[in-house]
Formats: sequence, structure tokens, C-alpha cells
Amino acid sequence: MTAQDNLHFAPGTLIIGKWHQNHYQLVKWLGSGAQGTVYLGRDGRRSVAIKLAKDRASLISEVNVLKQFEKLRGDPLGPSLYDSDDWLTRGGTIGFCVMEYLDGVSLSEALKRKPFDWTLVYMLQLLKQLQQLHNSGYIFGDLKPENLILMHPGHAIRCLDFGGATRIGRSVREYTEFYDRGYWGFGSRRAEPSYDLFACVMIMIYAAAGKRIARTNEPQVQLIHFVKNHPKLAPYRKTVMNAMRGNYSTADIMRRDLLQEVMTSRQSNPQMPQSRRNVRKTNAVSNRSGWKSAWLAASVLLTAYIVFVIVYVM
Amino acid sequence: MKKGTLKQILLITDGCSNEGEDPVAMAALAREQGITVNVIGVLDQYDTEDSHGLQEVEGIAQAGGGISQIVQTKQLAQTVQMVTKQAMTQTIKGVINQQLQDILGDGETVEDLPPEKRGKVMEVVDEVGETADLHVCILVDTSASMKNKLPTVREALTDLSLSLSARMGENQFCLFLFPGKRKSVQKVISWTPQLDSIKRIFEKISSHGITPTGPAIKEAVKSFSSLSRKQSLVDDDEAYDDGPR
Repeated sequence: MTAQDNLHFAPGTLIIGKWHQNHYQLVKWLGSGAQGTVYLGRDGRRSVAIKLAKDRASLISEVNVLKQFEKLRGDPLGPSLYDSDDWLTRGGTIGFCVMEYLDGVSLSEALKRKPFDWTLVYMLQLLKQLQQLHNSGYIFGDLKPENLILMHPGHAIRCLDFGGATRIGRSVREYTEFYDRGYWGFGSRRAEPSYDLFACVMIMIYAAAGKRIARTNEPQVQLIHFVKNHPKLAPYRKTVMNAMRGNYSTADIMRRDLLQEVMTSRQSNPQMPQSRRNVRKTNAVSNRSGWKSAWLAASVLLTAYIVFVIVYVM
Repeated sequence: MKKGTLKQILLITDGCSNEGEDPVAMAALAREQGITVNVIGVLDQYDTEDSHGLQEVEGIAQAGGGISQIVQTKQLAQTVQMVTKQAMTQTIKGVINQQLQDILGDGETVEDLPPEKRGKVMEVVDEVGETADLHVCILVDTSASMKNKLPTVREALTDLSLSLSARMGENQFCLFLFPGKRKSVQKVISWTPQLDSIKRIFEKISSHGITPTGPAIKEAVKSFSSLSRKQSLVDDDEAYDDGPR
């Protein structure tokens, strides 16, 4: 097995597939993860994403999953797969796959910048996507903001990295501790829809806290306490707690409950947007008084200048 | 493919052995009997990467046909389950490579197949890894320098049990500590399908200065035959006798 730890290549590097003899050119480094490095590349005139794998075996598994999804109809979940091949370099053989280049902002960036209302919108979108994925017999596994992308334009959410996708009933292939229900003591690592739904809850907690909170000695108590007491999460605690405890068997049911809570919480809490409008109004008032003083100063100066010119000419 | 059993020894240590048989030779002995030896070297942030200790960690895994990994204490949990799963895949691939060579002749391995065919082989590997029975004998170094790392080791082992119990195949674990109270190696949990109840065990151990890694591996190898004897009374289970290549 050739483990290639250093997968950094200069822009312009030409990659030639051993089996299919296709040529690709690396354009820009996009990111590195546990499994490999992704580059923006060029296939003739088309922009593509090229993933160079550290371990060829795990790349093959991901490619298998992507091929499965190609057969599905409806909204695409992830990028289309164009090619997968081996590249012979001096340092050894590197497995790579070529995918559709998805242009957008990663969800982890978006959660940091946008108000919490947006998190709920993303969640509703994500749950719809998850239902589709679960229908095909797979769960996402390694669900986290870094693996999701918001397309540009339109904010449609798409899944980027299917390395953790696992057939339902098996053991989860890849996970990240913070988003893993086993790590928090809320259940097994068997691939079932509720595993992904727990990760959704952790994405909401991440968005509310603004960071990955550290686990204490009693993780279950800690999470329940956090959800019940955090001002951003409390309005949705019924859905969140159900998902956390694994009570939802499908993403659709969770989505329905969350949507209902989102719609009702708006009505009972109408002060928020109003107070924002008030702030804007006071700003406007102070702006207008600023203009007044400027006008006054300008006219005084102008009068003084005219008087000066008249005196000088006389 | 017939459902088989994968046998592994998982050694968790932080440095050099200093008593008894040569651990590298004992690992080779284990491999001869179809048991893979994986080693995890645990460092904390104050440890310097002492090259001699690391060489031994690597040497044991190589001789034992397994995987070695050096980690900081806090990354232990994820590493333990990853190494165990990777080693399973490696062993299964080893068996498949052996069969491919018998069919296709010299030098042909899974890695030499075109991506489409390799994809199909990997599906089989995944399938076997998910359904095969797994026997893991865990060896934990409890010498003085390991003392403050043991709570994390305990957590990592509970986590390993959680990960593996999600598989469809059957699991058996046993746990040895070395050095033991009076002997060089002490069996604290004999073969069991789940590693719960390990909390108390780690609380009562007292640490010594010696590190008899070699004798510990030897004891672990012996424990597998006791398990297969126990199981052969119940049914006739066939095991993979091939180590990875």
C-alpha cells in the first residue's frame, strides 16, 4: 500500500490517467482533509474538481457511492463523477477522481456569518436532502458543516464529501467525534437514519454556540441542558430533543416538526424584527441632523467668501 | 465467500520493553499463527519522540503484519478504532491478493487492477470486514510512565467496543495488563463480546517500572487457542490462517 502524505503539487501540473489516458491540469489548491487533497482543475475548457487520495482503497469506496447516486433521479445530492483513475508519479501511484466543480460557500463559513434564522433554513433544506439519500439505502455518516456547500447563487445545499457514506445496517465508515452520537453517549455507530439526524442537531448546537463545545464528564446531561437553556435553541427544543434521543425514524418527520416549530415561534416572538427597525429609525434621525449642520456650515462659509470677494473687488 | 474469523492483538504502550523475550520476535510468532499484531504508541505533549521507543513500536507491527501508529494521548479514541478497522481491511486484502496470485500468476495484486474492477473487489472487502467475526486481544502497558494516560486508554477502549459492536459480525474481546500484580502479565478480562465494566479494572492497578512487552504478546497468542478450544466445543468455526502480505 502506498501512503502518500504529501499531496501538494504546483499549479499547472499535468495529470495523466494510467487507465483511461485522460489529461487534466491542476489550477488551484482547494483544500486538504483526512482522506486527501482537492484541487480545482481543468479538463479542456471545463472546470473540474480533482481529488487526490491518500489511500486508494477509501477513494474507491467513495467512488462506488458516487456511482450509486448517479443512478438516482431528482435533485443531485453531490457532485457528478466524471472519471476515476491512477496517476503514476515518481513518488508512487496516486489514485484520483474527477468530479463536477461545485462553486459556493462551505456551510461552516456561512454559519459563522449569517444570523441563526439562516441555520434553520439550511437545516430544512438539509433534511430534505437527507431523506432522499436515506431512501437510496445510504446514510451520510460524516455529516458536518465542512462537508456541505451552499451553491452560488441560490443557497441550495449540496453534499461535498461522500467518504463516510455507509449502507444502512452497517457500521458507520467515517465520523467526526463532535458530530458522532456515540461520542456523546446517545447511541450506537450503526448506520441508520437517526445517526444523521443526531449530526444535524450537533450542527445546530455548533451554530448556536459559535464553536464546537467541549465534552464534559456527563455528556448527555450537558447536551440536554445546553439545548433547553440556550436562547437560540430553546424555541425548537421539542424537535431538537427528539432528534437527539433518536426518536425520529426518518428525516421527513423531523423536518415536518422543525418547520412547524419555526413557523409558530415567529408569531409568539414578534418584537425582534421591530426592535431592529427602531434602531434603523434612530440612525436615520441622527443622520438627518448631521446633514443639517453640514448645510449650515457650508452656507456660512459661502456667505463669508462672497462678502470677502465683494470687499476685495470694491 | 465463507464467513471467517479475524484475529488481532492490539498493543497500547508508550515505549521500550525491558524484560523477557524480544517483542519483535514474539510478534513474528503471532503472525505465524494467523494473528495480526497492531501497535499504538501513546505520547503526551511532554514526551519527546524518543526514536528508540518508536522504532520498537514500528518493528513489532511490521513483524506482526499489522499497523502501527504514534499518537498524542487525546487522539487515542479515534486512532484505536481506525487502526483496528484498517488492519481488518489489510488482512482481508492480503487473503484476496493471495487468491488472485494463485489465479493470475505472479505479482498481480488488487492494486494492479483497473479502477472499475478494483471497485468491485473493494465492495467484497467491505462486505467481509462487516460480516466476519473479530477476535481482539488488547494488551495495555501499565508501567509507571503510562499511569496518567490510563483514563484516556480506558475511554478509547470503551469507544472501540462501541464502534465494533455496530458491525454485523460477532466480536470477542479480552484484556491483558502488563506488568501484572505478581506475574509479568495479568489477564483482567477473559473473552467477552462487549467491553463494558472496564472502569473498575483500571482503578485498582498499581504501576511498576518494568515493561515486559515480549512475554505479554506471548500470553496473548496463547489466549487465542483457549478461545478457539472453547468455541470448537460449541461449533466448528473455520478461521483465516493467512496474515497480510
